[in-house]
Amino acid sequence: MQMYVQEVGALTMRWVKRLSRERFSMLFTLAQPMVFWLIFFGNLFQKTANIQVVQAPSYIAFLAAGVVVMTILNNGLAGGTDLLFDKENGFLERLMSTPISRTSVIISRFLFVMTITSGQVLVILGVAYLFGVHPVTGIGGVAVIILIGLLFGVGLTAISMALAFSVKSHGDFFSMLGFLSLPMIFLSTALVPLSAMPGWMAVLARLNPMTWAIDAVRPLILTGWAAAAKPLVIVVIVMIVFDSVCLWVAARAFRRTLG
Amino acid sequence: MGGPFAIEVTHLSKTYEGNVTAVEDVSFQVAPGEVFGLLGPNGAGKTTTLRVLITVLRPSGGSASVLGMDVVRQATQVRQAIGYVPQERAIDRFLTGREHLQLLASLYHLPKNRAATRIEEVLKLVGLEHKADEVARNYSGGMKRKLDIACGLIPDPQVLFMDEPTLGLDVESRLKIWEHIRQLKARGITLLLTTNYLDEADQLCDRIAIIDGGRVKAIGAPSELKSGLGGDVVTLTLAPGDLGKVEGLAQALKGVKGIRAVSTKQNVLDIRVVSPEQTLSAILTQVEMHRCRLEFVDYHRPRLDDVFLAHTGRRITED
Repeated sequence: MQMYVQEVGALTMRWVKRLSRERFSMLFTLAQPMVFWLIFFGNLFQKTANIQVVQAPSYIAFLAAGVVVMTILNNGLAGGTDLLFDKENGFLERLMSTPISRTSVIISRFLFVMTITSGQVLVILGVAYLFGVHPVTGIGGVAVIILIGLLFGVGLTAISMALAFSVKSHGDFFSMLGFLSLPMIFLSTALVPLSAMPGWMAVLARLNPMTWAIDAVRPLILTGWAAAAKPLVIVVIVMIVFDSVCLWVAARAFRRTLG
Repeated sequence: MGGPFAIEVTHLSKTYEGNVTAVEDVSFQVAPGEVFGLLGPNGAGKTTTLRVLITVLRPSGGSASVLGMDVVRQATQVRQAIGYVPQERAIDRFLTGREHLQLLASLYHLPKNRAATRIEEVLKLVGLEHKADEVARNYSGGMKRKLDIACGLIPDPQVLFMDEPTLGLDVESRLKIWEHIRQLKARGITLLLTTNYLDEADQLCDRIAIIDGGRVKAIGAPSELKSGLGGDVVTLTLAPGDLGKVEGLAQALKGVKGIRAVSTKQNVLDIRVVSPEQTLSAILTQVEMHRCRLEFVDYHRPRLDDVFLAHTGRRITED
């Protein structure tokens, strides 16, 4: 157990060090969802969006939940990227030739991605706060939002790592990420509510686990605990199913690569 | 089990998905303290053999053990006892040299103060002390290689595996790496290295296995293998216009007393002779008789590339 902690600790610190050496890319990763989606997109559609349709005091207030979950989505989907490079340059093989538990590399990655994502969610809620979006459920609500992020992030990160281990080239990896990310966002309630979508899109959006995560986060920000109770129960069930499927698929890829 | 060998490979085979056979029926033993080389061209199966030995690849057939421990059933114990220097520069360019070594020390579960002294030791050993706190993206190729070796030495291994230790390095860095390898041997470490450089195998290895097409073609000390060929080598290069006469000359030479074997490639004939003093004039007589024009004549003691040619039917540089 002590050995396991030592391994996972050292591997996690490696990801932290890497990030701190890539300040430029860190800044962009952190700032992108806030600047692009929340500030630009939110303000751009402020007048166009119908308050009656989105049922929120402002479009930014409506969008905040969407941007939070989008960040969880994108961080999760990109979670395997560093392992992809490790696989390609032989670093992974070096790690696997040492007497470490076969799971510690994976666990270190989960820990790192989850920590970064949680921090980023806090920053996004902070920026939204500056634009007048004050979560009505307070600190407790924010904590629950982070828990939802962890639940959703585990499955996404697992899929991303599995993909990183399975693809033939990193071109394949990045094109698959691009292929997954935008449709997931558009076919969800991140930008508009279900009621405002064309019927067929609403059907697809209901099949998207992201929709359920957003529908649980949004009332925590806009309306309150009473309205959030039912979507919270649903999101927990949806995420248990989603994570089980993702981890089951990923475990096979991990075993194949890591032995 | 637990025999006198540091490494023992018995009838090892590995078939990848899609029925690609990388290694077939490979067997060899390495004694403790020996520098053993797997020599062969790219794709010969050297790296596959090595990856089985470092426990990251499961064999399809046969078995392999390191220090008497089976690489499949006792993989964790094997990992604890070995060091590995990969072929690619498996370096994280965002980390410093010291951070690499700290990471590796934690993965080998060294306690903190033991790790600190060990890191200083290996840095000094490979001569990277003054660059230890610089990020690896600023390292030259030779420095990255040194860091690779330092990483492999962190666990103070009894057996060190090196995949193409000097691939792509400039001459000066190569000589330095060779020097490190000799130092390691002097410390009693067992070394298994793969290489497709003949001079590297010749200079560094106590014994080598020549591997081609996934099979072992010959095993022995370089000097043994060379003298095993018997006699010296006379190489004739004919004028390009005489290409059509090569076969006829070769056939005629095969009948000459004192000539052991003749092999041809385009306008070049490699002739293995018992002793050049006795046969050189006979060879030149045959050249005269066939009215061949000579462009170049070379005579040398057998070299490792002659050994490779004799056992595989081709030169190592031909892909």
